[in-house]
Amino acid sequence: MPRIRKAIPGVDPKLLVKDAARLMPDPTRRLFLRGGASLGALAMLTGCDIVDSDAAEGTLRRISKFNDRVQAWLFDPNKLAPEYPESAITRPFPFNGYYAEDEALEVDGATYKLEVGGLIDNKEPWTLKQLHALPQVSQITRHVCVEGWSAIGSWQGVRLSEFLKRLGADTRAKYVWFQCAEGYSNTIDMATALHPQTQLSFKFDNQILPRKYGFPMKCRMPTKLGFKNPKYITALYVQNNDAGGYWENQGYNWFSGL
Amino acid sequence: MTTIGSIGTLTDSERARLVIHPAWVRITHWINALAMLVMIGSGWEIYNASPLFGFTFPGSITLGGWLAGALLWHFAAMWVLVVNGIVYVVLGLLTGRFRTKLLPIRPGEVIADATAALTFKLRHDDISVYNAVQRLLYVGVILAGVLIVLSGLSIWKPVQLQELTALFGGYDAARHVHFFAMAAIVGFLAVHVLLALVVPKSLRAMIKGR
Repeated sequence: MPRIRKAIPGVDPKLLVKDAARLMPDPTRRLFLRGGASLGALAMLTGCDIVDSDAAEGTLRRISKFNDRVQAWLFDPNKLAPEYPESAITRPFPFNGYYAEDEALEVDGATYKLEVGGLIDNKEPWTLKQLHALPQVSQITRHVCVEGWSAIGSWQGVRLSEFLKRLGADTRAKYVWFQCAEGYSNTIDMATALHPQTQLSFKFDNQILPRKYGFPMKCRMPTKLGFKNPKYITALYVQNNDAGGYWENQGYNWFSGL
Repeated sequence: MTTIGSIGTLTDSERARLVIHPAWVRITHWINALAMLVMIGSGWEIYNASPLFGFTFPGSITLGGWLAGALLWHFAAMWVLVVNGIVYVVLGLLTGRFRTKLLPIRPGEVIADATAALTFKLRHDDISVYNAVQRLLYVGVILAGVLIVLSGLSIWKPVQLQELTALFGGYDAARHVHFFAMAAIVGFLAVHVLLALVVPKSLRAMIKGR
């Protein structure tokens, strides 16, 4: 289990340790409609028995798709997430993942190559050295977890929009898809990919990203929930089909904008 | 004679006076009740993912089963809650129902009626007129409803609606406001349901209108 040595303001360390486990679905049961009392009250009020959890889940997922469209419409490409002074940084910054901190993947920076593909002109893979040579920007922003807690962190790297320009990407494409070393993946909308604060981050708090924060590279998007910010990125594709993502496929909202 | 027509039959205005709760009040009331139950049940499950305080809600009374399920319920029922709530508030203002039924609220009357209620001396002969405690609680829960929607928007969209989030004192403060607005509504609900059962004709009026 991940170990959080110091208390994070507003975050109970013990609960944080359990977070990853709580995020995970129980494979033995589809629990969408569990919850006896609330459900009982619901059934009484509506006069019908909600036992067909597949139908209910289907409806809920369709509404979630509708919410994706609402959020895309609400998304202002020029609206910046609030930035904070260095004194506001949460230390230590929490680790969160669907695996324990000591199980976080170790990527070898010397042999690392970022695979790029899809609707781009230059499909040469990128070494870490080449990536680090790109123009760097910095941000101190709030990371908001889908669980409700938040923490302020500091990230340095290249704007994704700048990187896409260098790839000769067709930015009329709908999506950018990320594949990560630990098996994680997710897809984001192009509007968010081109947002000025969307960053391919190589550093946290001006230090090379430690393993737990996603060495050698994560994609930092202060306009999206934490789980939409992939770590340990190994491949990036510009494409028109939505390839989904690890959590999204299990029922978490796809857009997850802030 | 102008009064002949009213002998033996009721004029429209007299008939309207007999209706304690018009159809729009009853419909929006029950839609709201359902939406609130879903929002509270799923909200408790979401709370459990990262509790603000040293307790969690038992899984048996939460809705959604796990965080993703609870979020799906929460962000589906929010549309019902908000659209229904807007219809209710707009009609309440336009028809003058809020003004005639919920106002005025005078502190002296509230204290007198609260004392009478607690000593079981409060009369419920005419349930078409709200007593001062009812007025205070109904106005209070409507305001808590507005507050829970605004604080909810603040934590859902702390970037796009950052001005609203800032109004609450930031993301974490808005989370707390959202929680306490829920607590206020749940507290209201407990009293409200209990009293509806103690005075069954009030429940009947909310179903049949009179």
